[in-house]
Amino acid sequence: MTGQEYAFVVIAVIGSIGALAVVTARNVVHAALYLVVALGSVGGVYLLLGAEFVAWVQILIYVGAIVILFLFGLMLTRAPIGRETLDNQQQGLAAFVSIAVLAGLVFLIDDAFHLRHARPFAEFAAPTGNVGSAIFRGFVLPFEAVSFLLLAALIGAVVLARKDEPK
Amino acid sequence: MIRLPLILIFSAVLFSAGVYGVLARRNAVLVLMSIELMLNAVNLNLVGFSASLRSLTGQVFALFVIAVAAAEAGIGLAIVILIFRNRETINVDEVNLLKW
Repeated sequence: MTGQEYAFVVIAVIGSIGALAVVTARNVVHAALYLVVALGSVGGVYLLLGAEFVAWVQILIYVGAIVILFLFGLMLTRAPIGRETLDNQQQGLAAFVSIAVLAGLVFLIDDAFHLRHARPFAEFAAPTGNVGSAIFRGFVLPFEAVSFLLLAALIGAVVLARKDEPK
Repeated sequence: MIRLPLILIFSAVLFSAGVYGVLARRNAVLVLMSIELMLNAVNLNLVGFSASLRSLTGQVFALFVIAVAAAEAGIGLAIVILIFRNRETINVDEVNLLKW
């Protein structure tokens, strides 16, 4: 274990606890704030891996924009507080399915990459300029498609959420 | 120096937490939050493989996934607010007009 790996384990444990708190919190606003912890720790892992541009995009878009959007959604729908009203009756089944998914994934990962014998790799420093050239050299068309998708989503959200004017 | 399987296991934990949230939550906004967790698990895999394979393509894909997730969250919340305005509830098990 190297120092970087210790740092990763600390961040991963914090992020996992945050993610579990998101799906078990009794208060919807607390769930949104735990989501900040989970998403922020994913951003920290990006930094450890050297992907600094993706890390800051993660902080700006997810923590800065999407969580605020969720908080506005919760505010506008005044969700009730309490686990009984937030969860349905299938918690046992859901826990079984998610633990089965986790066990299957961990087994497959260990089978494919051999956790004990895996060779550690150094972080891959990716300056923002390199990421920019990678996007605009090889992925110009997907980039334009994503911008069009964002424009369509923007207009669609405005049309959907607008109050109908009385005729 | 990080071993790749550790990153993949963290991402698997995030993904299964998201699966639990989608299956067990009634509140539509909380279901959307769980979907964001699952999308983050995918992004983490993409960036982890990008670093271990020394290729920037994974990071470019992660950026595209973030953009699509932002669009999804915006449209999803607009639909949730519309449902709340019409039905006075956002519990996904009570919105069953089209079921059966």
